[in-house]
Amino acid sequence: MALNLIRKLMFSSLFCFTAATASAETFVFTAIPDEDETKLVERFKGVADYLSQELDVEVRYIPVKSYAAAVSAFRNNQVQLAWFGGLSGVQARRLVPGSEAIAQGVEDEAFQTYFIANTSTGIENAEELSALEEELKGKTFTFGSKGSTSGRLMPEFYIRDVFGAQPEEFFSRVGFSGNHTRTLRLVEAGTYQVGALNFQVWEKELADGNIDTDAVQVIWETPPYPDYQWTIRGDVNERFGDGFKERVTEALLNLDDQALLESFPRSGFIPASNDDYEPIRKTAEEIGILD
Amino acid sequence: MLSSPTVRTSLIFVAVALISLLFADIAITASNPWRDLGNFFLGVLTPNFFSSEGLMTALLRTVAFAFVGVALGSVCGFLLSLVYRFLPVRIFCAFIRAIHELFWALIFLQFFGFHPLTGVLAIAIPYSGIFAKVYSEILDEADPEPGRLLPPGTGTIAAFLYTRIPDCWVQLRTYTAYRLECGLRSSAILGFVGLPTLGFYLESSFSQGLYSDAGAMLILFYVLIATMPLWVKPKILPVYILGAPFFLGEGLPIVWGNVERFFTEDIVPSPLRDGEGLAGLIPWFNDLMINEAMPGIWNTVILTQIALVATGILTLLAFPLISNHFGGPVRRTSGHVFLVIARSTPEYILAYILLQLWGPSMLPAVVALALHNGGIIGHLIGRQTNGIRLRPDAPTGFNRYSWELVPRVYRSFLAFLFYRWEIIMRETAILGILGIYTLGFYVDSAIQNIRFDRAMVLILITALLNIGIDALGRYIRRKLALQTMPTC
Repeated sequence: MALNLIRKLMFSSLFCFTAATASAETFVFTAIPDEDETKLVERFKGVADYLSQELDVEVRYIPVKSYAAAVSAFRNNQVQLAWFGGLSGVQARRLVPGSEAIAQGVEDEAFQTYFIANTSTGIENAEELSALEEELKGKTFTFGSKGSTSGRLMPEFYIRDVFGAQPEEFFSRVGFSGNHTRTLRLVEAGTYQVGALNFQVWEKELADGNIDTDAVQVIWETPPYPDYQWTIRGDVNERFGDGFKERVTEALLNLDDQALLESFPRSGFIPASNDDYEPIRKTAEEIGILD
Repeated sequence: MLSSPTVRTSLIFVAVALISLLFADIAITASNPWRDLGNFFLGVLTPNFFSSEGLMTALLRTVAFAFVGVALGSVCGFLLSLVYRFLPVRIFCAFIRAIHELFWALIFLQFFGFHPLTGVLAIAIPYSGIFAKVYSEILDEADPEPGRLLPPGTGTIAAFLYTRIPDCWVQLRTYTAYRLECGLRSSAILGFVGLPTLGFYLESSFSQGLYSDAGAMLILFYVLIATMPLWVKPKILPVYILGAPFFLGEGLPIVWGNVERFFTEDIVPSPLRDGEGLAGLIPWFNDLMINEAMPGIWNTVILTQIALVATGILTLLAFPLISNHFGGPVRRTSGHVFLVIARSTPEYILAYILLQLWGPSMLPAVVALALHNGGIIGHLIGRQTNGIRLRPDAPTGFNRYSWELVPRVYRSFLAFLFYRWEIIMRETAILGILGIYTLGFYVDSAIQNIRFDRAMVLILITALLNIGIDALGRYIRRKLALQTMPTC
């Protein structure tokens, strides 16, 4: 019986190996885990199907658990394309010479961070962050992920810039929720009094009726900055044939499946370049996240 | 009573924990923690076993990674145990086991990426160090008499195989089986950093508040561990071990250039990499020590000391639950269930759950560490009391507890506690990944910022701290003449 079982195992392992060799020519992409995983998997499986149809190669999406894992997978050439945030994109392109930002969402040219507060704090919306100094001081505050642009980099920059203090000095407790949806839930539940998140996540959840506006409100909106983009490795043409990069770019820019775009949520994709993200790089250097 | 060295030591540790409490960040910050806890238990009572198609695959992978990792670890550990008397080997083993599985996984993820090798090595390496130590302790305890009776000229290997091994075989087997259970826990939590095991799905379900899905996963995990005696049989073990490598999943192919890059570039301190030389290295190192290492060490030590004493208190409260000297069969059965759940749940998962429910502070970590470790030691002590025969007219109730049983088991209680001191510290460091400001927090931050040079220095510091605590724990055990067999 044991022998029989071993034989079966050998047989199934053979399948594993053939599957592995077949996947050598698979075009793999990932995305930063900035939202609930179920949503991401659903969204990017749709993108994978779309791309594999347009490009005539097998396309696979792999979910990761952290922003850094997305950057590392890209750098290690285990994925060739990624949907990065502003900061993770800058990090990835610095580490992979020749890689390029090829497309961004229409909304990503002028992205924003919303500061939100639990209504029990009584903090009202203000035009200028400096007007809230008294009220915000000593509150508990959560960022999103440590590697997030809208959830960490930009809010930290404005906190330092406006209040002249590090977040840990200014607030009584500073946390990293992990992603934007969780920041929203934690502030809504009062676990943290104040938080900062991606404005698109807020707007979408609001439109879907998923926010209890009696419990949480937007108190400040940052000035616009560039954010998310699709970044591709420079060596994809050698691996997938001449003109592959251009075909991927073309496919992304032509994506007009409304339901899919809605899930991002973006109204469409437009061309992007590495230089668009210079402001992000400078900000990251200024607050010491980048060397 | 104060003249007793065990009591004095205990009081010193309690005092240290109380002082640590003054500096510790203990709070429930969630505005409605009990409602969330209620929702969670409701989820466990209404498990949804069909939430994710990947769940069964994840369970299979969890088992596969545990088998391959532990098998590899035990073979390497056994070989190392044969040369364990040499100091460099002992130092090497102490070092590799001082680094937690999750840290190993985070390191391998940087160059092997999502390849099965990452998970296998993350388990096998620290386990080799642990196996080497424990196997060598077991082998040293073997009765030397049979060896002396051998005729002169018997080969060393034959002598070893025919005299030492048979004498220790049962203990070696028991300990390896126990490690396999630990391996399942380690394997499960590797999912939290992205490997395809149970933790991967548990983390997603939890963070989205899908408590029924998370409940189902936890229940399956408990069933898996509780039924181990049924499905792990010596006869079919070879089949599992040979078969497991084929169920690790394919992951993504390894690019070997990344390995070289990691060791020759990534972990080289950035001032050296940028050609600033030694002059640049000193400010870099100072900055790292002052802003990250020192606060990390401080918080790790504080949390460890509080958790150690909390574990002790919980153990003393919990062991009567399964002791024959108290209560009836109903109480003992539920006591067993409670202790099995407490010790089967990895600290990391317990802390993760409590952090989600109570909000961030050291409290969830203390409770998680105390529950898990208290569950383990409570179980061992409870079993030990069952071997104690009391006089027929011995007092009952609280008097029996405080005057008959506790004094009799107190020394082994302390021995187990000091034995787990280092383990508690290793876990404390790793809980930083969840957002408590221990060393793991700074390691994770460095990795998130793609600064592996900093991460490696911090991991080294964590390892040294662990080795220090391990040495101190051994010193105290020797000083108090406390003996344990390595069964926990």
